[in-house]
Amino acid sequence: MVELALPKNSRITVGKTWPKPQGAKNVRAFRIYRWDPDTGENPRVDTYYLDLDDCGPMVLDAIIKIKNEIDPTLTFRRSCREGICGSCAMNIDGINTLACTYGIDEVKGDVKIYPLPHMPVVKDLVPDLTHWYAQHASIKPYLQTSTPAPETEWRQSIEDRAKLDGLYECVMCACCSTSCPSYWWNGDRYLGPATLLHAYRWIIDSRDEATGERLDDLEDPFRLYRCHTIMNCAKTCPKGLNPAKAIAEIKKLMVERQL
Amino acid sequence: MADVNRGDRPLSPHLQIYRPQITSVMSILHRVTGVALGFGALLVVWWFLAAASGPGYFAFVDGLLTSWLGTLVMVGSLWALCYHFCNGIRHLWWDTGRGYGLDEVTRSGQAAAVASVVLTLIVLIAA
Repeated sequence: MVELALPKNSRITVGKTWPKPQGAKNVRAFRIYRWDPDTGENPRVDTYYLDLDDCGPMVLDAIIKIKNEIDPTLTFRRSCREGICGSCAMNIDGINTLACTYGIDEVKGDVKIYPLPHMPVVKDLVPDLTHWYAQHASIKPYLQTSTPAPETEWRQSIEDRAKLDGLYECVMCACCSTSCPSYWWNGDRYLGPATLLHAYRWIIDSRDEATGERLDDLEDPFRLYRCHTIMNCAKTCPKGLNPAKAIAEIKKLMVERQL
Repeated sequence: MADVNRGDRPLSPHLQIYRPQITSVMSILHRVTGVALGFGALLVVWWFLAAASGPGYFAFVDGLLTSWLGTLVMVGSLWALCYHFCNGIRHLWWDTGRGYGLDEVTRSGQAAAVASVVLTLIVLIAA
């Protein structure tokens, strides 16, 4: 349901401003969302200052530096630091992206960092993705077959394999789903762009034999059809994928199978 | 994880912080103009009904709808109609599975926005 304002316990207050580095010439402010589950206080935005001449180029470098040198309580997920694990997804300068592949120089002015939008917050920049993972599991993201397994591998032509390009590269960072207003308002029942992209990845896999059942499962006013082609998903995907296009292809298959 | 308190977790900010995209703004405008057109159509029907019910009442309603405020609402409705029409064509094109590239959605969006204004002006000049 559409709720434009944040709930009472989620309204953001002004937080602490940390001191500027001494003698630095190239200083940039980082305004970062903080929420500590142990205090019971509302979320706040803390301001940190970094000397960019003494900092790596990416936003992840900056927040690691803050955690290491200024405020060890700052909490976020990160792992691979090269855009393949999807852990450090967050809202940077108003769009969802991976902190590790987003350059500080791509942001004009203060660097504003929030957790992925419209999600329950575990702490600081760490959102609770439990429901989102459950939705992904619900589309059975694995090969389903009824014919006996072949002696060797399941074969696939080069052309059929090419159909998976632009789909298999998804790193499950959740940037797209949490950028989608439709997912914000109806995320309890609408599967959202990430899960639907994965659904399509298995629907068009030539080796999969559950295509009909997969489409049956999606034939629902909410699970699939809450997509209104808003396109925030494709605009924000840090891997350059296009979930909106994948959803359109599912909708087309729904029509085609009735003809 | 059983000891984790899930009850009073805050909701992360969404509309408050997400930067408006040309695609998302045009999408919500599509819905806004669609709803507004319903009210605009009611006004026009009211105008017709007034014309059918007699000269006195028609003069009253016609006066309202052609006042500066009425004209503003009607011109606004005209633009809403043109916008909804132009953006509707985008949606029809998307429904065929085409036009999803990031460049394409930006350019088709700009084209629809410009076309809606041009169409409005053409109708205003022609009428």
